[in-house]
Amino acid sequence: MIALDFELIQGSFTLDIHVRLEGRAAAIFGPSGAGKTTILDAIAGLRTPRCGSIQTHDHVLYSSSDGINLPPRDRHVGYVPQDVALFPHMNVQRNLLYGRHPGTSPEPSRVTAMLEIDALLTRRVSQLSGGERQRVALGRALMSGPSLLLLDEPLAAVDVPLRRRILPYLERVRDELGVPIVYVSHDREEVQQLADEVILIDNGRVMASGEPAVVLG
Amino acid sequence: MDAWHITWFTIVSATAATALMLPPGVAIAWILARYRFPGRSIVETIVSLPLVLPPVATGLILLLLLSRRGIIGRFLESLGIDVVFTWKAVVIAMATMGMPLLVRTARAGFEQVDQRYEHVAATLGARPARIFFTISLPLAAPSVIAGAVLAFARALGEFGATIMIAGSIPGVTRTLAVAIYSYTETGRDSSAFVLLGISAAIAFGALWIANKLSERRPA
Repeated sequence: MIALDFELIQGSFTLDIHVRLEGRAAAIFGPSGAGKTTILDAIAGLRTPRCGSIQTHDHVLYSSSDGINLPPRDRHVGYVPQDVALFPHMNVQRNLLYGRHPGTSPEPSRVTAMLEIDALLTRRVSQLSGGERQRVALGRALMSGPSLLLLDEPLAAVDVPLRRRILPYLERVRDELGVPIVYVSHDREEVQQLADEVILIDNGRVMASGEPAVVLG
Repeated sequence: MDAWHITWFTIVSATAATALMLPPGVAIAWILARYRFPGRSIVETIVSLPLVLPPVATGLILLLLLSRRGIIGRFLESLGIDVVFTWKAVVIAMATMGMPLLVRTARAGFEQVDQRYEHVAATLGARPARIFFTISLPLAAPSVIAGAVLAFARALGEFGATIMIAGSIPGVTRTLAVAIYSYTETGRDSSAFVLLGISAAIAFGALWIANKLSERRPA
């Protein structure tokens, strides 16, 4: 469960979000500039709302009334930004292990096997293809042992054939590791395949939420 | 040999000055690149002041601060440390004059580091110090090193501030720049020309390295 109940002001743009996400994979769907990425940034602690609260099933991440605002490092949220932001000066293995906490993180071999990136460990980031970058970034986020995974347009930068190849990896993450996913998308087909819940955002507000088939028609 | 002693003393002093200014210089560059705070523009101005102020004026300020009657000098004297007209004054003059070049170049490097990397590192559980040393500093390293080399080159040629607080004491505080001036003034032109050649060669090498490093900016 993720309860989002906050207002965030960014210049002249106001994000006013009140929604509960119960599913294993929830998609935030909407046009460019609707505020989708800002929602992920707020959950990750990279932007601070003006007021309200952000809670996961076992943590209060932010609450203006209780004076709580956990720093990003304490939120246990795996975040894969749209440009994936793999550390360019580290190889794949060092990227993967950057956020690893022995004890709470999954076994590296399990993650690399699931995402089929074992063969890439010694490669430099600049030597990876678009799809490989996406999978390594996903692996890096998972390796930190997150209790929630935030993906910003995970398939936007890849072409359709590659998209079809990466989707099953996201389904595996959702099903095998049991980490809830919140992800931003503007692709109907992708949302219907991966998400069991969708919130429709426009101009900083929730227009509708529920099952993809119902919300997206 | 006199020329070699002067050259060696100048290089060692410039190296010590660079080492002395690196920690505060990099910290100031990082703070100016990443944080907005009241008084930020004042800090920026003070750091850049030695670039535009006449070096002898900067030297006079240092003299006022470090002489036995100065605020810092009085404190240092109570610890038994004498600065003015010693090699320490040479190093301080060099560090003060080189600092703006280090800070400005390193700051530009930090500003070029995409903050997304730092944000992702934070979500992966890294504390600010770890983010700085494992992400920001390595990605800005070419600029930080280029800034340090520029500051080193500037330190090698330092004259105005040095002559004010360290003087020109042969074998004690006489650097390449100061020696060139002294030799020319006393008619020892051939000695001055030898030191001129050495200065030009070192400065050329340092600038060439700094330019090469500046071209190697991170992707």
